[in-house]
Amino acid sequence: MSAVVAEHDDHHADEHHDHGPAKGLLRWIITTNHKDIGTLYLLFALAMFFVGGAMAMVIRAELFEPGLQFVDPAFFNSMTTMHALVMVFGAVMPAFVGLANWQIPMMIGAPDMALPRMNNMSFWLLVAGVLLLASTLLMETGAPNAGWTFYPPLVLQPITVGKALPFAVFAVHLLGISSIMGAINIIATIFNMRAPSMKMMDMPLFVWTWLITAFLLIAVMPVFAGAVTMLLTDKFFHTSFFNAAGGGDPVLYQHIFWFFGHPEVYIMILPTFGVASTIIPVFARKPLFGYASMVWATGSIAFFSFIVWAHHMFTVGMPMAGELYFMYATMIIAVPTGVKVFNWTATMWKGAMTFETPMLFSIAFVVLFTMGGLTGLMMALAPLDFQYHDTYFIVAHFHYTLVPASIFILMAAGYFWLPKWTGHMYNEKIGQLHFWLSAISVNILFFPQHFLGLAGMPRRIPDYAIQFADWNMVSSIGGFIFGLSQLLFLYIVIDTIRGGTGEKVTAEVWEGSSNHSLEWTLPSPVPYHTWTTPPTVVPTEHVLDSH
Amino acid sequence: MSEEDVSKKNTKLARILLLVAVGMFGFGYALVPIYDVLCEWKWIERDRPDDIKKAPEVAYKVDMSREITIEFMTTLNESTPMEFRSEKKQLKVHPGEYHTVNYYAENKTDKVMIARAIASFSPAVISSFFEKIQCFCFDEQTFKPREAKTMPMRFVINPELPEQYKTITLSYTFFDNTEKSVKK
Repeated sequence: MSAVVAEHDDHHADEHHDHGPAKGLLRWIITTNHKDIGTLYLLFALAMFFVGGAMAMVIRAELFEPGLQFVDPAFFNSMTTMHALVMVFGAVMPAFVGLANWQIPMMIGAPDMALPRMNNMSFWLLVAGVLLLASTLLMETGAPNAGWTFYPPLVLQPITVGKALPFAVFAVHLLGISSIMGAINIIATIFNMRAPSMKMMDMPLFVWTWLITAFLLIAVMPVFAGAVTMLLTDKFFHTSFFNAAGGGDPVLYQHIFWFFGHPEVYIMILPTFGVASTIIPVFARKPLFGYASMVWATGSIAFFSFIVWAHHMFTVGMPMAGELYFMYATMIIAVPTGVKVFNWTATMWKGAMTFETPMLFSIAFVVLFTMGGLTGLMMALAPLDFQYHDTYFIVAHFHYTLVPASIFILMAAGYFWLPKWTGHMYNEKIGQLHFWLSAISVNILFFPQHFLGLAGMPRRIPDYAIQFADWNMVSSIGGFIFGLSQLLFLYIVIDTIRGGTGEKVTAEVWEGSSNHSLEWTLPSPVPYHTWTTPPTVVPTEHVLDSH
Repeated sequence: MSEEDVSKKNTKLARILLLVAVGMFGFGYALVPIYDVLCEWKWIERDRPDDIKKAPEVAYKVDMSREITIEFMTTLNESTPMEFRSEKKQLKVHPGEYHTVNYYAENKTDKVMIARAIASFSPAVISSFFEKIQCFCFDEQTFKPREAKTMPMRFVINPELPEQYKTITLSYTFFDNTEKSVKK
């Protein structure tokens, strides 16, 4: 199967004679190479992960004890708002776009992304958008602080909005355009640039999940852009979309926002599923169990994501029929998600498993994501949600689905592919230390928040009643350990790029990996240009079960 | 397939996808009228514009067997520069009985002000049983500079009101609508 011969810097005589990267800093600004752009996305996302993380540390420090210690309430609210925006739009989404840039062309045997110049533009628009958003932190009226969901009427009131609203809205526009362009590029690459011998049902699952995610992005980012534009015109141009006095309705905003917002959470989790489905079979030394069902499960999760949005707003005063519909529709999503969890488990079943850092993070993902999914099911029950709504229970729920899921899988992806990208092995001991510290502290951080939420502690508050003190302190301690542990990851990334353990890595890096996916048939480190002539044979072991 | 063909295909697909994205931006706006249409469906319990229209004065049979407590709340939106209060805070009524409650509102500025009162009921399902014969909330109210008005609200509770409702809260919020009304 690994008979595929890698194409080194080749003898393709066409227009491009220059095969290495350009020299100097300008390389990174004008590059159209998918690997360079992937690197830019990943490093930017890593930087934003620490920026957003620092904001989380401010939040946890303030909540360490009841009362106001370090920051004033308005700034605290800015921190919760900005933490969410930075993590969602600055860290998790760009990190997955970075992985897509690096991996998709290599996995499908394409020389580059379909639209390389647009690729460059979407990265720099992302930077512009995030800088615009960050600039609000320097305003005397402060950064946006009405929550990342921008609910009116609160977000339109002078006291909460300051001058930041238009900046945040335009930042959202830029980020939206950036991710739509990225999505268009990914779809075009997957549809048009595959090696001729690779059929759709031969594609690695990471490619499949990103294809579906890209369609979600194109469908919902424009809706979000529209919703924030309506806020903008309500505030400055006297429209009344959400203004009751002019015949509008603030609840309308919630409907439009969550029409975007629910698919958005799957935009962050579907590529996560894709990476997990890539890593687990390699370390279980078995083909992925139920490849076809994984593809269909991903597709149906994406479809359902469009018709369940109002479960975010059960308490808004919906009619009974609406509550029931959104409750049942939401619970249906547990079925395809369950299919995935069982498939991962079945992939590991009787596998010759080894537990290198990427696998550890992936197993932790399966376990902890399932916990986040179960609390999601609890909240899908409309009558129960009245108790959980806007409490720390929901905070615990979505952090379980984002931190030990998306973030853990991004870490796993880093450990998994860094040796391929750089040609150097990371330090396994420090990697495992990073894993154990993260896996333990993330539970100390978020598990007590379930208790706090059930006991009635509301989210987005800088101060709280005295009975919540103990678990908040525990949660904060977990938060500090988790935050500090991530510095180990930063160290490992830098160390690996600069030579790592010095151990020479093979093309496969992980035993048998070339049976699973094409990139492992390329030499390590991967040359600047790959697959200038498409591979003739593609590995299909990962799809064995369905053939 | 030659490289040129692929790049043509890419451009074509990118154009189509871009159109989809632009279409979805439009769809976001289309959700506004869609939402209004859906909320007109009768099984969706919601305050409809019709509900705040004037109801005809019907002679109901007064149900003396039960008494409903009505609480009157008044609020000003954001920084609406007015004074606004109801003459009574609470009233006990029998279903089918007509009552009038006076509201007092004053423009605190030296400019003409156009304001609109929006009603809200708790519990929300009450709204279809609370029939208003006369109300300042039917239309926008224009206040001359510093003008004060006493505005009556005449209402009846439909005797078909289900038994379990014993206390009703009726809240009015005045919104300063001057800028928007002048624009029209």
